Amino acid sequence: MKSGLLAAAAAAVVITASAAAGAATLDTVKQRGFVQCGVNAGLPGFGNPDSAGNWTGLDVDYCRAVAVAIFNDPNKVKFTPLSAQQRFPAIQSGEVDLLSRNTTATLTRDTSVGLNFAPVTYYDGQGFMVPKKLGVKSAKELNGATVCVQSGTTTELNLADYFRANNMTYNPVVIESNDEVNAAYFAGRCDVLTTDVSGLAGTRAGVAPVPEDHVILPEVISKEPLAPAVRHGDDQWFDIVKWTVFATIQAEEFGINSKNIDEFANSKNPDIQRFLGTSPGMGKALGLDEKWAYNTVKKVGNYGEIFDRNVGPGTPLKLERGLNALWTKGGLMYAQPFR
Amino acid sequence: MTDNVQSVGLPDERPPANTVGPIAWLRSNLFNSWYNAILTILVLALLVSAIPPFVGWLLVNAHGFDSTSTVCRQDAGGACWGFIGEKLRFIMFGMFPWDEQWRPLLTICVFIALLVASCDRRFWKPWFGLVWAAGLTLVAILMWGGVFGLTYVENTLWGGLPLTIILSVIGLAVAFPVSILLALGRRSDMPAVKVLCVTYIELIRGVPLISLLFMASVMLPLFLPNGVSVDKLLRAQIAFIMFAAAYMAEAIRGGLQAIPKGQYEAADGLGLSYWQKMRKIILPQALAIAIPPLVNTFISFFKDTSLVIIIGLYDLLGTAKAALSDPSWRGFYREAYLFIGVIYWIFCFSMSKYSQKLERDLNRGHRR
Repeated sequence: MKSGLLAAAAAAVVITASAAAGAATLDTVKQRGFVQCGVNAGLPGFGNPDSAGNWTGLDVDYCRAVAVAIFNDPNKVKFTPLSAQQRFPAIQSGEVDLLSRNTTATLTRDTSVGLNFAPVTYYDGQGFMVPKKLGVKSAKELNGATVCVQSGTTTELNLADYFRANNMTYNPVVIESNDEVNAAYFAGRCDVLTTDVSGLAGTRAGVAPVPEDHVILPEVISKEPLAPAVRHGDDQWFDIVKWTVFATIQAEEFGINSKNIDEFANSKNPDIQRFLGTSPGMGKALGLDEKWAYNTVKKVGNYGEIFDRNVGPGTPLKLERGLNALWTKGGLMYAQPFR
Repeated sequence: MTDNVQSVGLPDERPPANTVGPIAWLRSNLFNSWYNAILTILVLALLVSAIPPFVGWLLVNAHGFDSTSTVCRQDAGGACWGFIGEKLRFIMFGMFPWDEQWRPLLTICVFIALLVASCDRRFWKPWFGLVWAAGLTLVAILMWGGVFGLTYVENTLWGGLPLTIILSVIGLAVAFPVSILLALGRRSDMPAVKVLCVTYIELIRGVPLISLLFMASVMLPLFLPNGVSVDKLLRAQIAFIMFAAAYMAEAIRGGLQAIPKGQYEAADGLGLSYWQKMRKIILPQALAIAIPPLVNTFISFFKDTSLVIIIGLYDLLGTAKAALSDPSWRGFYREAYLFIGVIYWIFCFSMSKYSQKLERDLNRGHRR
């Protein structure tokens, strides 16, 4: 019995000694043959396994996008589900190459936590949901309301700040677990439910008995820019992740998507030629194949497609583009020039 | 003279209705005082008000295993077993490749067969260790693959019930011998050994399991050189073994202390060595006494494996939670938790029942 256990234990110790510390992440990843990507263990629409155990979600698709940019294969990625506490040690220690786990980019995380944030893939922010029958149209009308909020989160602090700044009073109903906050709201214990807007939309679509009975107010009272991150110390790897995100955004701006991309092959537009690699240079600069952006858009899609597929109006989450629309359409999605 | 003796028997009289039969039972057990009567009525009222809605939700108004989430949401009066139907394989086997899921299924069967066989005392022979070794090798081959034409499946993809069983069975199997050594060490006359064992036990028992798991999964990688990683499952498994060993050692120490001093002296008088004495005289008695606390540890340990969810491993509870995060199937947590609750209950209840039987068998000599 002991010998069997020992053999099993010995087989389980997988010590993967990579090249010397500080080696280029891209080389390590290429040698290994896949990207190690840290994702949320279960956040609807951003990172969750489907019924067959395949990973889906907006964050997950960015892991796949990076894998396509390097290997031209969306399956050359291994997902490591991470809890909120685990995510930073996992990226710091090199357990994952890329952290794509609905992480808010902040100054301290950029500096003392040692992360480099790629462009934002989802602009979130705290909002309010109220029952439609109250007839409230704006958060400014919430004076004296009872508000359901999860304890120990920045949400709770933002709420206090917002009401104080607007000279309004409120009665907080503070509950620890997310499920119970939702349950309290739907049981009518409070007038208002507050958390990130994406979370509110998901709750309304997925948990509300009758989704149409609830409205999300237009005010967004905090900034939660969610972005993929890599660790300090490897600028080339950071550039690859950063420009992969930009490529999806730029493709949407060009009007290129996974279906029509081949129609642009003969485009005379020099910007598009550079983007698709028909006039070379961009891929080499990143250390990738010249077709990297073409492959990424072809296999994963442009930003709009990724958004619609995972969280857009056609999904159970039913999120609107809002801040996540292109800059040309009044949103914040803006890619730096490909030249 | 015989006139005084009644020769014809009187017909048998039934005892008064209020001393035997169901009514008497009710009177003496449920309504024997005014406060018990009130309690009985209150409990009855509670049951009457709770059971019909529960049964209605569970069965009568429930949607079958092939129902869709849309149908369930439109008529939310009953359970939506379509959730279990849709997610059954994910909850049971996690991310294990879909076409290969017969392998974890077989693994569960192998484990259950091994455990059931181990319950029979006729198999408590040295050769049975070989059966276990063979069984565990089979499990390793099934789960990892890579030989005999099976595709390799790395253990980050393991999940669901096999993961829960592997963590607890291997954890307990390794921790048990360690805990015996720790318990003996703690009662040893050798100061260094004693101090070491006491320190270990008190240190581990002094921290919550969750912090051990965090240490293993979050702190350890930071101490290792960049790029060197010890498998996450192994780290969790070791943390569990360390934890279980400390707790079981204390249960066994209780058994050791209950053995009368005369037994030790008699063994010494026979000229047995320390290990002979322990193996043949002391431990068989001590372990039999320690069964209730040991099984207590086993049961709580089996359930504690669900804590690995915080380090991103998908055990049975983890897969159920992950299944709930599917945007199309949110909000069916009652069905999910009830389902895995039943699975946990089956395992824990069997353990408890078996330990009662074992206790009766082993303590025959002590029964009065």
